Order: sequence, then structure tokens, then C-alpha cells
Amino acid sequence: MSDSDPLLDIRNLRIEATVYAPGEVPRNAVIVDDVSLRLERGKVMGLIGESGAGKSTIGLAALAYGRGGIRLTGGDIYLNGREIRTASPRQLRRLRGREVTYVAQSAAAAFNPARRLMDQVIEATLRHELCSKAEAEKRAVELFRTLSLPDPENFGKRYPHQVSGGQLQRAMTAMALCPRPDLVIFDEPTTALDVTTQIDVLGAIKTAIRETGVAALYITHDLAVVAQVSDEIMVLRHGKMVEHGTVQQIIEAPREDYTRALISVRAIEHEEKKPTQEPLLRAEGITARYGAMADDVLSNVSVDLYAGQTLALVGESGSGKSTMARVITGLLPPRAGTITFDGKPLPPALKARSREELRQLQMIYQMADVAMNPRQTVRTIIGRPLEFYFNLRGRKRDARVQELLDAIELGEGFADRYPAELSGGQKQRVCIARALAADPKLIICDEVTSALDPLVADGILKLLLNLQAREQVAYLFITHDIATVRAIADSIAVMYQGRVQRYGTKTEVLNPPFDDYTDLLLSSVPEMKLGWLENVLATRKMESAGN
Amino acid sequence: MKGIPLTALLGMAITALFFLAALLAPIIAPYGMSEIVGDVWEPASADYWLGTDNLGRDLLTRMIYGGRTTIFVASAATMVAFTLGAVLGFTAAVYGGWVDQVMSRTNDLVMSIPTLIFALVVLSVMPVTLPILIMVMGLLDSTRVFRLSRAVAVDINVMDFVEAARLRGEGQRWVIFREILPNALSPLVAELGLRFIFAILFISTLSFLGLGVQPPMADWGGIVKENREGIVYGIPAALIPAVAIVTLSISVNLVADWALNRTTSLKGGRGV
Repeated sequence: MSDSDPLLDIRNLRIEATVYAPGEVPRNAVIVDDVSLRLERGKVMGLIGESGAGKSTIGLAALAYGRGGIRLTGGDIYLNGREIRTASPRQLRRLRGREVTYVAQSAAAAFNPARRLMDQVIEATLRHELCSKAEAEKRAVELFRTLSLPDPENFGKRYPHQVSGGQLQRAMTAMALCPRPDLVIFDEPTTALDVTTQIDVLGAIKTAIRETGVAALYITHDLAVVAQVSDEIMVLRHGKMVEHGTVQQIIEAPREDYTRALISVRAIEHEEKKPTQEPLLRAEGITARYGAMADDVLSNVSVDLYAGQTLALVGESGSGKSTMARVITGLLPPRAGTITFDGKPLPPALKARSREELRQLQMIYQMADVAMNPRQTVRTIIGRPLEFYFNLRGRKRDARVQELLDAIELGEGFADRYPAELSGGQKQRVCIARALAADPKLIICDEVTSALDPLVADGILKLLLNLQAREQVAYLFITHDIATVRAIADSIAVMYQGRVQRYGTKTEVLNPPFDDYTDLLLSSVPEMKLGWLENVLATRKMESAGN
Repeated sequence: MKGIPLTALLGMAITALFFLAALLAPIIAPYGMSEIVGDVWEPASADYWLGTDNLGRDLLTRMIYGGRTTIFVASAATMVAFTLGAVLGFTAAVYGGWVDQVMSRTNDLVMSIPTLIFALVVLSVMPVTLPILIMVMGLLDSTRVFRLSRAVAVDINVMDFVEAARLRGEGQRWVIFREILPNALSPLVAELGLRFIFAILFISTLSFLGLGVQPPMADWGGIVKENREGIVYGIPAALIPAVAIVTLSISVNLVADWALNRTTSLKGGRGV
């Protein structure tokens, strides 16, 4: 083996799986088809694509591993010059956790909650008898320091539940780097994190990669993120390679239409509407908490939403934005504060509200698959509000269902399908139609696009904007994604620890002068630019030095 | 019928055979139910396929009529148990709070008394007629169904589609019967099979102890009781109902197992 040999060389990889769709005969599906990939030592390649593109499957194939019923059926995988696709389990055991390691998306689910972090971080290193326990622990502490974890000497003594999500993700990176592997597979390591946490973890991962000189496959659906850490990018779709090139080439001069679509995502232009005189929804001084909890989840939140406009509630997890939705819908009556809807006070509890009040206020959920009864057809799902509120039945109801299906751009033949027979985007569209069926004045959208792929999410946002223009419905849009906010909002409330940190029209909120938190939040959103991560981190360092 | 495993098919066939025999008892039984046709404990012959019992009645006839009673009582009791248990279980889950507490603790209370003893006490003070037998068995079994359906419904109750129905303003009836029941049906159907088998064993036990189906009506437990002395003389009459109970139990179990497997895959289809 000479130095010019690539570390990882995948040739014409083919991966298949048996699909057990409900109500169908099991069939064979090709997950990955004819993908080739070369990774040199010390380089980082980003694998990018939508869900179902096969990117995680290819990542795991570098460990010669297939999750569930996945089979690596064709092609060659050379790691360090050895073919590993057909290697014996014994050979693979020696390889995994030593030459190649893996960082999973959900660190919280990947750590054993009953064991201290240090024991888990050095486990693979000790199992492969690479060094003594003392040396391994020393190495782990060094890695904790590189990954800028707090109190690196003692960090390993803690249990997984005692550290934050971002720290846990970095601990897992330390675990992967501890045995000094040649290759690390990062599988969406920052996807589950808040943006302000993501930037720190991203910075730490990048530093660690640079300092250890390890090669990496970085899997993500976010092009802006992968542009910060990779040398090369491979774009995948439906298990096939679409485009491969350097980061600069992919971002600045993409060759394929699909890549261009991925880059231009969220470039929706939306003219901001000015507040009218009377707000449709006015929440004043809302304070709320769950059950017997000692702390308020919301304290003194006041926002206005005007008819036919969109108010975005932006914030990280735990900021209270979804709680605000529960208060407005009446699921969680507030401890203090009032809600005025359409000029009249809205009863705080769901049970006290009239059918008419309920009709005016509809909700769309984040997870469309659990927001629809799997045992009801689309016709029943959309038709029920029509029956319930307008007493429409039989043919009249079916005609209106079809109108609504047309409105959400789903054609004929969808009415008799079950939710399981729809794609993610189609499911969310049906949920929108269900909300529209009530002919409401306000729809609460709780993270409606965050479980969707970027292109599909774009379609949903465009649909929502069209419907707003046509039906004059107002949206209360709850999201953590600044790009979505830019695309759809008329006014914005930035939430932080249960309070409204900043509130105003879109132009006011998204332009300086910023308060500290909004500045942190906005500057943490990854941009599709080379060197963005370094610039932001350098600016922050300078600022904190200046203070 | 495609994709059903052989064991489940076999189970279905045998179960169907038992149910058919029960339904058509007066037509297919060779003699009258309590007609004395020969000597006591005659061996199997061309006239008496399974021999005769302790009073000289045809055992096959007794078995067929006995199966009719046993299967009828067990089915009816299972139905009572499911209707009662599922409705109450769903109600407890949907209302929650103190309603759930009162119902669940009462259920625990009833469950803490061994069923057989409970049934014996109740049946020894009440007249033992078929309706009362069915009600007692159904009530006692409904505690188990209550636990299962409450547990299943609690899970479904927190799903977004149930919340969506609540936000729409739907009443509890719609939530229970239209949103929760269709999604809880599969695990309940699988449980139905098991409960039915337990009901057969239970009614047979009661009859064997003399507090179940009363003579001259035949039922499997009763046939064992009537013929148990024969075992000492090497007469197999008491073993035949035992074989029938075992065969039916295993067959229903095979079907229930398959139903359970099917449920799990359907659950996957729910997108969890």
C-alpha cells in the first residue's frame, strides 16, 4: 500500500433491502445504485441529500454495515487497501471502532445512561487493546479539551443526563476520535441541535478534525453546514450520485439542476404586510406553567396578529413557543393574561369555547404522520370538519373535499388513500386541507416544515403563502428556522426562556440594532459561504475579548 | 388468504370445525343429548364412535352438545368481557384524572381477589343459570381487558390526531369510538383469542367443580366430572373432553398468534 492509495475507495456500490409495506407483498428495493467514492487521507467529504437519498446507508457501508434488513449486494469497498464488503465478521470486528468509527445523530439515544461518559468514550479503545486505561483516559481528556468541553479533567466523570445535548454530541465525537481512527463517519451530528448550539459543535468538530488529521465522511441534509466542514461534496438523490466536486464548485458553480435547487432553497420572496388597525388575535400578559411545576414556562408574553398576516414565533427548544400555541388553542389555560380573538375575549379553557370559536382557530402539526388517524381515509380526515362545522354530507361533502384537495395541489384519486400511502409532503398538505376545511381565520402552524426535506418544505411554504393571499387566513407560525421566518413572516416575536425578547415587523426584527440574544441567534444560522464558520467564530472571540 | 402461515390456516380450520359442530349439534349428533343408548362405559364401536359414558349415553353426542354449551358460554362471556372492559378502559384513558383513578383502583381491587374463588362464592349464593354464569365470567374477565385497553388507549390518546379531534370540539364518544377504537382494535383482537381460551378453561373448571353448567345439560368440564371415576378402571371417557379443550385452545392460539404478528406490522404502518 503506497501513500497515494486512497483511504476509502468505494466502487459501484449497490445496496438493497427488503421493503415490508403494510398490506403489500414484501419486495426488493435498491437503496443505493452504482455509487463510487474516493476519499484521501485527512480529507473530509460531505454526503448530502434528502431523506431516502441513501446517504446514511453509504456512510454505514464504509463500516461494511447494513442497518436492519439492508444488504450490501454489489461493488467493492476498499478501506486502507483491503476489500471489506465481503470480509468476515471477525475481520470487521477488528476494523470497526479502530480504523473507522461512527458518530450518530442522536447522542442522547446513543449513550448508555447508566455508565459514566469516560467509560464509554474509551470503551472501543480498550476493547481493541490499543493502549492502557490510563493512556486512553489521558487521550480522552485531551480530546475533551480540543472539543472545548467545560472542565475537561472532570468531564468524563459525569453521566450522560448531566450534560447538555451539544456537549453530549461532542463527547460522542471524542469517543469516535479516541482510538485514533483513520476515518470517522459523522451522521447528521448537529441536526438535532439548536442553531446556537450547532455552531459550537460544528466549530469543535472542525477543530478536532484538523488537529487529529483524521479523514471523515460528513452526512447531512443541510448544504450550508456541510460547506463549512468539508473539502469535497457529493450530492445524492434516490440512491444515485447527482454531482461530485469541491465545496467551492458545488456552491458557486453547480452543474446539475437538482444541486441548484438545493442551493436556491428558501429564496422565497415575500412582501411584508403592514399592521392594520384592529388585531385578529391579541395575547396580553400570558403567563403559563405545566401542572405543579415551580417555574413559569411563559412569563408575560404579549403579541398581536393581524387578519390575513403571519406572525412568526421564533426560538430555540425550551423557549416556550409551542407552549404559547397550547395556550392559544385552549389546551393549557394560562395562569394570567387574556386572549382577545376577533374583538371578543376568548375563553381560556378549550371546554368553555363554542364550536364557532373552535372553528375559527385551526392547527397544523409538525409530525403530519401522527396528526392524522391512520385508520381514516383522506376523505374522512378532510371531510369530518365539513360535517362537524357545516353539516355538509354525502355528495356535497365529497365535492368540497375535492375542492380542498385541488387547493392543496393534490389531484384526483387521493381522497380514498390512507395516510400511510402518502409521502411526507403530501401528508402535510392533507393536514393543511383539514385546517382549511373549517374555513378558519387563524391557523397555528407548529414547526410544520421542520420534519420535511428542504425542497418539499419550500413547496409547503409557497402553498401556505398562496392560500393566505386567496383566503385571507392569518398564520401563527412557530419555528426555530430563521430561513423559514424570512420566507413567510410579516411580524416576528423572538422568544427566549419564556419571554418575548424582541418583537416587531420583519424588517424591524431582522435588522440592527440587535439585542445580544437575537444577534447570537441570527449570526448562528449557517450561511452557504466558504469560511462562514471561521468568520463568525473569530468575530465572537474578538467580541468576548473586547468585553 | 395469501401470506397466511400454515399454522394459522390449520388453527382456523380446526376452530371452524369446532364452531360448526357446535352450531349444527342437533343435526350431526347421532343420538339425543340425554338419551341412554347402551351399557355404562361401553368401549368405542361402530355404533358408539367414542363409546358410552357413566350412564350409558353416547359420548360423541355428549361431546358435540357439550361443545355447543362450552363454546357458547365462553363466547358470550368473552363478548361481555370485551364490551365492558374495552369501553370502560377507553373511558378511563380518555377522561383521565380522578375518573381514571377511581376506575383503575376499583379494577385493581376486583383483580386482587382470585377469580376462581370469587366466582365460586358468587355462584354458590346465586342460582346457577346460563345468563348468570355468562355475566359472572364476563365481569371477572373484563378486569383483564380493562387493563389492556386502558394501556393501549393511553398511548393513542396522546397522539396528535386525537388532540386535533379535541381541538375540533369533538365529544368523547367520537374520540373513543372513531379515533381510538380503530387504532386499538388489532391488539384487542389478538387478546380476544387468548381471553376466549381462558373462558373455555374457566367454564370447564366451574363445571368440573359442579358450579358451572348443570346436568342434564352437557358441557366438557361436566363430562370430565361425570366420567372421572372411569379412569381408575382404564376407561378413557374423561380424557376425551380434555383432548377437545386442548385442541381447541391450541387452534385458537395459533390464530391469535398470527393476528398478533399482523398487528405489530400494522402498527409499523402507523408511522411510529
